[in-house]
Amino acid sequence: VADCCNPVSKMAGADGDDSLYPIAVLIDELRNEDVQLRLNSIKKLSTIALALGVERTRTELLPFLTDTIYDEDEVLLALAEQLGNFTMLVGGPEYVHCLLPPLESLATVEETVVRDKAVESLRKISQEHSPVDLEVHFEPLVKRLASGDWFTSRTSACGLFSVCYPRVSSTVKAEIRQHFRTLCSDDTPMVRRAAASKLGEFAKVLELDYVKSDIISLFTALASDEQDSVRLLAVEACVSIATLLPQEDLETLVMPTLRQAAEDKSWRVRYMVADKFSELQKAVGPEITKNDLVPAFQNLLKDCEAEVRAAAANKVKEFCENLPEDNREQIIMTHILPCVKELVSDTNQHVKSALASVIMGLSTILGKDNTIEHLLPLFLAQLKDECPEVRLNIISNLDCVNEVIGIRQLSQSLLPAIVELAEDAKWRVRLAIIEYMPLLAGQLGVEFFDEKLNTLCMAWLIDHVYAIREAATCNLMKLVEKFGAEWAQNTIVPKVLGMANDPNYLHRMTTLFCINALSEACGQEITTKQMLPVVLKMSNDQVANVRFNVAKSLQKIGPVLDSNALQTEVKPVLEKLATDTDMDVKYFAQEAISVLALA
Amino acid sequence: METTKLPPSSPSSPTTGFTVPSAEKVDGFPRRSMRRARQRRSHSSSQFRYQSSQVELTPLPLLKDAPVAELHDLFCKKLQQCCMLFDFLDCVADLKGKEIKRAALNELVESVATSRGVLIEPLYPEAIKMISVNIFRTLPPSENPEFDPEEDEPTLEASWPHLQLVYEFFLRFLESPDFQPSMAKRYVDQKFVLQLLELFDSEDPREREYLKTILHRVYGKLLGLRAYIRKQINNIFLRFIYETEHFNGVAELLEILGSIINGFALPLKAEHKQFLVRVLIPLHTAKSLSIFHAQLAYCVVQFMEKDATVTEYIIRGLLKYWPKTCTQKEVMFLGEIEEILDVIEPSQFIRVQEPLFKQIAACISSPHFQVAERALYFWNNEYILSLIEENCQVILPLVFATLYRVSKEHWNQTIVSLIYNVLKTFMEMNSKLFDDLTASYKVEKQK
Repeated sequence: VADCCNPVSKMAGADGDDSLYPIAVLIDELRNEDVQLRLNSIKKLSTIALALGVERTRTELLPFLTDTIYDEDEVLLALAEQLGNFTMLVGGPEYVHCLLPPLESLATVEETVVRDKAVESLRKISQEHSPVDLEVHFEPLVKRLASGDWFTSRTSACGLFSVCYPRVSSTVKAEIRQHFRTLCSDDTPMVRRAAASKLGEFAKVLELDYVKSDIISLFTALASDEQDSVRLLAVEACVSIATLLPQEDLETLVMPTLRQAAEDKSWRVRYMVADKFSELQKAVGPEITKNDLVPAFQNLLKDCEAEVRAAAANKVKEFCENLPEDNREQIIMTHILPCVKELVSDTNQHVKSALASVIMGLSTILGKDNTIEHLLPLFLAQLKDECPEVRLNIISNLDCVNEVIGIRQLSQSLLPAIVELAEDAKWRVRLAIIEYMPLLAGQLGVEFFDEKLNTLCMAWLIDHVYAIREAATCNLMKLVEKFGAEWAQNTIVPKVLGMANDPNYLHRMTTLFCINALSEACGQEITTKQMLPVVLKMSNDQVANVRFNVAKSLQKIGPVLDSNALQTEVKPVLEKLATDTDMDVKYFAQEAISVLALA
Repeated sequence: METTKLPPSSPSSPTTGFTVPSAEKVDGFPRRSMRRARQRRSHSSSQFRYQSSQVELTPLPLLKDAPVAELHDLFCKKLQQCCMLFDFLDCVADLKGKEIKRAALNELVESVATSRGVLIEPLYPEAIKMISVNIFRTLPPSENPEFDPEEDEPTLEASWPHLQLVYEFFLRFLESPDFQPSMAKRYVDQKFVLQLLELFDSEDPREREYLKTILHRVYGKLLGLRAYIRKQINNIFLRFIYETEHFNGVAELLEILGSIINGFALPLKAEHKQFLVRVLIPLHTAKSLSIFHAQLAYCVVQFMEKDATVTEYIIRGLLKYWPKTCTQKEVMFLGEIEEILDVIEPSQFIRVQEPLFKQIAACISSPHFQVAERALYFWNNEYILSLIEENCQVILPLVFATLYRVSKEHWNQTIVSLIYNVLKTFMEMNSKLFDDLTASYKVEKQK
């Protein structure tokens, strides 16, 4: 804890200026024993700096902050973030380098989040340095960090090379490249991981010649590191590097490493390849895709680890979409589809559900005939899968198939699947299927809906889980938007209003919630003639919760009604409710009166 | 350390928890929940698919029947035979081959353990090769990414019937009186040790138990690897603390370190102190502390017993990382503090007593009775009590107000009566100071 001789303690209030008193309090709190108070004060650091002015911020506040770096990580994190936005508070770009010493210390602490934040702030303020300041102040800091004793400073350095490289002289550039090279072969895997994760970013700012001479050798070395956690990061860099190189160099400079990664003995690396497959595909171009990536993708789809298969399954649609058009169909039919067929009956549910989330997308690529002949059996098999997630994923993507073959082909199998999900014991599954109802209704058409699905939609209104009842209400609104007011009047409004007489008050309230949701879509006529009387009648309900929901409903549907109905029918009821014995009923009635301007 | 042979455990039942896991920090690898079909209960080893075409094994003559002249040659052939890997997930696949390998491994174990003069130089590379081929593999993804070692049954290694014998062979090999470190060091090199250390992440406790004993032997016999082993353990811990928060073998590695620290020469090297401050103390922040806390506390106390001057680092470190919301961890920290105070030198105690007893006072006023109780138990420890008595002038004012207030307010009767005992002890220690503090507390309260 700083003692009283510290200039900061005298910073504010020394000249007896009362306006600085709040600032003096904040500064005191910077040294308080309570972490929460220190934290609050740090978060108001810009206020303190603004009050002190640029000069004293530079000469007094910043040195003080640099000294308090031994604080709790939480405080340090807040400090690291604040300093990234401090440029104007120290006097603009001309003085921005004053912020470097505290950020440098923060970039060396152990706690990863603090360090990352410090690096983020350093990257931000690097842009505000003039080219000269960058070489005089910023770049030496990067070098110091890069040659620090403890791994933390070296990991931080990895994130700073790419921001200063483009704006320094060629001598300094050479030094930066050398430092980066050193860190790529650092002793500690933590540093190598940091370097590997920044390799792509650094490659992007390098001149092409150096990409070929420097980056490729680093990339090859990191991609064959003894630790798989390093190797897998090289896969990410592979995407950026391949994008930078001209097509004719890819085969010799990148492909050997990529091939090796796709067959790495560690599943983590193979997973990474699968996960980045679409990006890799775009980066290497159509020819290499045809010759190399297709077989590699087949292997990933057949990998012995479920994680890898699932990651690859997720990419099936994107991969097929991005195949060169001239022989896309042939590649899919002969190479990809056989693997996909096997995945439909995979032993792992995550693999199947990953596949189910994209498989429907293949129909647009393959066209009507292929879809009916080859894909439809797969969709149907997945619709009958034992795992609800798989079925849901199929149902949620029906729109893709609808465009190609129309949904009728599926509707026979669809219905049992939907009914089963609608009655699933897990409410989250029920909730998910409700959300797809409007989509399904739109595609299946009103007739099919009325015949098969309407009952389900109404049954959800009396589900014993509130979230389901709420979603069911919202679902009705969307259906009315789709099928129109007349349909609503004939099919759902009578059923909804019928629930107003239900012995269970929760169901009576559902009527009110439905009215809230439907009135606008149904329009003035239906609302005034059919809904309003029911609402008004419910104002005599014996349960207070129902009564105050009547008040809320009236407030909600008020704007849909004409002024005559408001004055003659709504107003008296609300006035009566405003004198209710229950205080909540009174409150909501009064609120409705004032919102509807009936007072 | 003795090899503990665990009884063959029954296959675990996979747990059913399925939650969205927190994203991984550095390697960008999400620990996706990948719960497999229920019938699969044990790990495949990812290595299996890398077998080139399977050849059928044919049984070789028994080692014990071999003429002396052919013994080494036969031993070597058996080692080569044992390089063949089998698919244990398919439990009926190639039963004959599996049995031949099992029998061969058993013979090799027995031969190395009992007969002298078997381990000649040409066998070293073959033995190490056999061991490497069998044990080094990328550990498969966890069946249950939310695996909680305290709650969940671990997933067991499917190929254990062979793997166990390979580990047993390795151990006997290292422990054999014929074992020559000078020959072994050419094959048991840094790369080998690094792979060995990575296996400590195995979810199978039987495997980690073997690894622990084996690494300890390697550390004891191959002196050239010691610094390297320590450094790599450092890296594993740092990765665990700051990057992944996941590593199954922390407790086992700490157990080895406990005995390594015991053997440190004095004065302590800077490297060792750095290990204490930058690795052991931050390990206390881990979410899964309970799994390895006993071993960690042992290491910490070992350091103090070696060199009392590290005491202040340790106590201030623990205070810095004191749990804010997790009461279970708070109880562990208090336990560790008591272990530390048990061996603290009085001169060191004086240096830390103020911040320490502020924290202890905070613990006493914890609404969680186990935390308060654990802190109050300090007064049952005779050595700690003598330290408190010597420094009563400093300590009593720090804790008095808390004790007084909590004695009136705490909901739990056990805590209240424990506090009365503590207050009574203080009264007997220094009644003058006690009365002064009571008086000033009352005045303060009047305000």
